[in-house]
Amino acid sequence: MSRTALYEVHRQLGGKIVEFAGWEMPVEYTGIRDEHLAVRNSAGLFDVSHMGEIEIHGREAASLCQWVTTNDIASLKSLQAGYTLLCNPEGGIIDDVIVYKFSDEHFFICVNAVNTLKDYEWIRDAGSRFKAEVLNRSPEFSQIALQGPNSQGILNGIFKMSLESLRRFYFQPLKWNGADLIVARTGYTGEDGFEIFLPWDRATELWDKIMDKGRPFGILPCGLGARDTLRIEMAYPLYGHEIDEDINPIEAGLIRFVKIGKGDFIGRESIINSMEKGVRKKLAGFEMIERGIPRQGYGILRDNDVLGAVTSGTLSPSLQKPIAMGYLKTGVKHNGEVEIEIRGTKRRAKIVPIPFYKKSEKERKKW
Amino acid sequence: MVEILDELKYTKEHEWVRLEDDLVVIGITDYAQDALGEIVYIELPSEGDEVTKGNPFGAVESTKSVSDLYAPISGEVVEVNEALLDSPEVINEDPYGEGWMIKVKPYDVGEIQDLMDSDEYTEFVEKESEKL
Repeated sequence: MSRTALYEVHRQLGGKIVEFAGWEMPVEYTGIRDEHLAVRNSAGLFDVSHMGEIEIHGREAASLCQWVTTNDIASLKSLQAGYTLLCNPEGGIIDDVIVYKFSDEHFFICVNAVNTLKDYEWIRDAGSRFKAEVLNRSPEFSQIALQGPNSQGILNGIFKMSLESLRRFYFQPLKWNGADLIVARTGYTGEDGFEIFLPWDRATELWDKIMDKGRPFGILPCGLGARDTLRIEMAYPLYGHEIDEDINPIEAGLIRFVKIGKGDFIGRESIINSMEKGVRKKLAGFEMIERGIPRQGYGILRDNDVLGAVTSGTLSPSLQKPIAMGYLKTGVKHNGEVEIEIRGTKRRAKIVPIPFYKKSEKERKKW
Repeated sequence: MVEILDELKYTKEHEWVRLEDDLVVIGITDYAQDALGEIVYIELPSEGDEVTKGNPFGAVESTKSVSDLYAPISGEVVEVNEALLDSPEVINEDPYGEGWMIKVKPYDVGEIQDLMDSDEYTEFVEKESEKL
């Protein structure tokens, strides 16, 4: 079992530690609901050092990235980041990742903790014909995510650069007390916020500084529990739940991150084939009509036919109602209503558009 | 430190039992509510349902997880704390009081002797905590 550089900090803050993807991580400190709402309303700080970091550099680094991912890497400007998928030749999703472009010859990829080694080996082997070096730099990095509408105000008091001009999905390398940081305006919560990559042993120092500057804003340390409820409200997929190697981007509703026209890439033909033939299942959102909280693995039924299964579910802290994502067989008439089998009892649920949580338009413009 | 009351009996699944005349009142312990975190949902049986010792009679859920509730004794459910359905957080706030879950008329009240007393449960909880 691995521990992040912040393990002792989490213990001191009263974090409940659980095992996640081989890491001992805090699932909550004061309570998932409070932490969740702190992110929606002000700011929350997450240790996400378990995430993996893979670096690619060399003359053909851009071509390699273009070959192993589905989105159009060529459209990224320097210091811009993009959400994309790694697919296998069958079109199945190996992982969802964020690619950070430093230059045409230098990229950085942030991957899911559980997939770090798999992704590294996949990119290295699948890209072996390109003149580029692939490095697994995960052990060298800590990663801290500051999320919520007050994130910029908090960080402006810490870094010399003004974060005003850093747009969403852009990043900036900077020096902080002699350490090399990458500050990216990205996140997994649906709120404004930043993800900061920094040398492993500097995490405690920055964490304490952010907590200190964030205190007047009511910042809370947040665990994996709130991270999960926040991403479910936004219907962001999580590997092992909504996506895995047997699910393709059309089924998962992620086809907008696949650019068929960009040229060849791994999985392209299979994905085109699925687009033409259609898919057997599609990801959908659900809200309970009757009581109960849907959880991963619960069956989705209609008139005793099994239509699929729940992939993620929770009581939404923002909406105060049970919500879920899950796969539904295509071509079945359901009139927007299904049943979810909760511990042996069928409960009515309705199919709803995702994301579940939407900021009001007025608030949205603040970004 | 978690609260453990002297006058109650306890199960290994962290339910407590209080004898009230010929009925037993059942809830979950302070240790259990603390381990679960904020309870956001509860499922309970209905009046007249039968519960069987060692079998689930309901479930409590936190935002993150589900835990079954196990019957400490066999019998018929005669009263259900329906206030918990709308305010499950009461279980966190007052697990031995307002957070009670069901009252059961036991078939054999002697079954209560199989449960742990407060000293035994204290020792049991200490061992559980060490595992973490």
